[in-house]
Amino acid sequence: MRKIFSAPSGILLLTMVLGALLAPVLPLQDPLAMDMSGRFAGPSANHWLGQDDYGRDLLSRLVYALRGAILISGSSAVLAAVIGISIGVIAGYVRGFSEMLSLRIMDVILCFPPLLLAMLAATLYGAGPQTLVPVLALVFVPSFTRVAHASVMTVRAMDYVDAVKLMGAPSRRIIFRTILPNVSGPLFVQFSFVVAMSVVLESGLSYLGLGVLPPEPSLGMMIGAARATFLTEPWLLLAPCILLSVLILVLNAFCDHLRHLLDPRRSAGS
Amino acid sequence: MTMTQSSAAPLLQVSDLAVSFRKDGQWRNVVRDMNFSVTAGETLAIVGESGSGKSVTSMAVMQLLPRVSTRITGKVLFQDRDLLALGEPEMEAVRGNRISMIFQEPMTSLNPVMTIGAQIAEAIRVHRPVSKAEARALALEMMDRVHIPAARSRYDDFPHQFSGGMRQRVMIAAALACKPDLLIADEPTTALDVTIQAQVLDLIKELQADTGMGVIFITHDMGVVAEVADRTLVMYNGDVIESGTTAQIFATPQKTYTRALLSAVPKLGTMGGTPHPLPYPVFDMQTGTMTELPLRGDTLQSDAKPLLEVTGLSKRFEVKSKILKRVVARVHAVEQVGLMLRRGETLSIVGESGCGKSTTGRLLTGLYPSDSGRILLDGRELGKIPANERARDIQMIFQDPYASLNPRLRVGEAITEPLRIHKLVPRKDEAEIAERLLERVGLQAQMADRYPHEFSGGQRQRICVARALVMKPKVIVADEAVSALDVTMKTQVINLMMDLQQEMGLGFVFISHDMAVVERISHKVAVMYLGEVVEMGPRAAIFSNPTHPYTRRLLSAVPVPDPARRGQRSAPPILELRSPLRTSDYRHPVRRYLEVSQGHFVQEPGPEWT
Repeated sequence: MRKIFSAPSGILLLTMVLGALLAPVLPLQDPLAMDMSGRFAGPSANHWLGQDDYGRDLLSRLVYALRGAILISGSSAVLAAVIGISIGVIAGYVRGFSEMLSLRIMDVILCFPPLLLAMLAATLYGAGPQTLVPVLALVFVPSFTRVAHASVMTVRAMDYVDAVKLMGAPSRRIIFRTILPNVSGPLFVQFSFVVAMSVVLESGLSYLGLGVLPPEPSLGMMIGAARATFLTEPWLLLAPCILLSVLILVLNAFCDHLRHLLDPRRSAGS
Repeated sequence: MTMTQSSAAPLLQVSDLAVSFRKDGQWRNVVRDMNFSVTAGETLAIVGESGSGKSVTSMAVMQLLPRVSTRITGKVLFQDRDLLALGEPEMEAVRGNRISMIFQEPMTSLNPVMTIGAQIAEAIRVHRPVSKAEARALALEMMDRVHIPAARSRYDDFPHQFSGGMRQRVMIAAALACKPDLLIADEPTTALDVTIQAQVLDLIKELQADTGMGVIFITHDMGVVAEVADRTLVMYNGDVIESGTTAQIFATPQKTYTRALLSAVPKLGTMGGTPHPLPYPVFDMQTGTMTELPLRGDTLQSDAKPLLEVTGLSKRFEVKSKILKRVVARVHAVEQVGLMLRRGETLSIVGESGCGKSTTGRLLTGLYPSDSGRILLDGRELGKIPANERARDIQMIFQDPYASLNPRLRVGEAITEPLRIHKLVPRKDEAEIAERLLERVGLQAQMADRYPHEFSGGQRQRICVARALVMKPKVIVADEAVSALDVTMKTQVINLMMDLQQEMGLGFVFISHDMAVVERISHKVAVMYLGEVVEMGPRAAIFSNPTHPYTRRLLSAVPVPDPARRGQRSAPPILELRSPLRTSDYRHPVRRYLEVSQGHFVQEPGPEWT
């Protein structure tokens, strides 16, 4: 555990995630409390990063927006990973008709541009996290299925899988104890990619007003709202942009680091 | 045969060559003080085990090593030009033109999406200002020269339509298309079957006699060295430890390592009249002494009831049409095979790649379901034995020690995995069992905590043996278990297997294409060809009186590691190994077997053998 979070990306991510999760108990201003007299006010003792167009505390809104982004994209990525990897591994291990069927279904999902699919769902079922999470999950299931399936096909041809079969191991054990650990590398990379992608997609949808509903803060919505006052108050636009970029970069760096650690060929030696 | 022209100026003169690689910021010396020369028409062999630096040397001569992470010092004079001083464009004019190279793996060194003919023609057009039509004519001529049958009609075939031996011929044709002065052959026959190897060696010799080119032959196989080389260079761990004419090296090796290498070479016909399998002599690298192991009693328990009894075993793989999924043809991988194995017995299955020997092994262990036939394992039908009990009866050792261990399991965990699967012992006892087994196979107990990638190929294979033993099986199927190992490792692993057989009364099914090893280790031998057993009998009978034409061909192709007897081996005629792919309505002919002597059965050769 210590090794995992010792890297710079690990420390940063841990800080961001902890900050986001602990937001309700942190001594932050209420992100929704408006203060018309403090519109566009600069940093002060009460509002460290200043206030926005409704006089709300920027720091508090950023932290809560980060919390929303992490919760929504994290849970949709986990959901997509569980479903996608299960389908991919089973398809790759069992082969035959079920493999063909599940891969073709994934191809169909992949035919829809992700943003379009999400907009359609948001229009039909209404915006908000309860739509956002399943839609984002659905969009990213095929990518997990494909990566899992391709990796399983490679690993299952290895002699060590035959060796475990000869030991009389049941299929469940072969899948969970022999195949899954050996396909985890590419799947971790995929996971980092998907979390980052869904952060982008979530903020994009929120920017369009189809994601997180106001007055709840969201990075995309904050960027959208700050557009109008960009020339006079650029900080209101830049702050959520910077946070969004840092979050995505940190996510990618951390997952690379994790994959590195999980590979016995690298961690042991030198 | 070419003579060493000592008076002629050398074609290639390498002096004080040293190569270092940078790894993790440190320079590591991998080749030191290389000095050698090759004259026109001469063949120089560079021998050594994996990691000795023999391939690195050739890559350095060709300037094929990545420049940023490699440091090369010394001189490589080729036709009085120092190759190390040449820039990349000048080097490109030399590579493939004046110096050509062929590699070990003909599968990966040909472009899969380009036709055979186009690849040879391309090699010509890179260096010669010829038209497409002229290049095609020259390519066809080269294909004839390397004896590719029906060259004209195969010009537009793709590499996957060629067998391994034919692909290597294509590689040679492309390498020699520009009539180079020097050919560097890096393990060109290692991946090939013996009969194909013999043909390729003959081909290189023939082309050398025609063109007078110099040849550098890189190999680990002393048998091949004896067959082709005028002079030999022995490398160990980056140093040249001995060099001289091949006859000298073989007759009076000066260095301990050379002697070890020579004595470790499995030779055919070393068994004399020994009635049962014989372990290899143990060679001490420090003192240079060779100790013959004491003769032991036979391990075979002939009175016991058979461990494995196989009758009429068949396996076919269906080839289906793309769209309608109709069966258009079948590969008759294994056809009507019958075998018998008793306690303490070693049955070898030999044959060339594609003959069905590996499939047979997988059928015996139940990894593949059989289509027909009966496999009785210790008196019970294989298919009816529950998986956990079957694991205690039969285990397998695979060919590639790098693919057969789970890279994510520590070796201790890997060895005891079967025990965990069936919950046979309490968790706390597992470590002790793993340690004991590691020691039993000649490794150290504290290695249990390491991961497979920290071990060499030979050590990994020992770990695989330990894993196969943990369930105390009665039968072990060893599928080319020592083929991927260096000679010294090979003999050690074989001796280990024989020790274990002695101790535990194991029955081995030893699947191999290496006739010399088979002669040493087996009680009984079955020769397979196109999915069928064509000859089977006691080891002595098969080797002293090979009766089926195919068995004779197989035995005559084995290189003899003795330069004095060079040329006595007759290469079999060039013949594409026929394929066991049959049409869907094919009915297998009924085969008759003749009993030549007691227990020695030979299939009546079909019309294709006469």
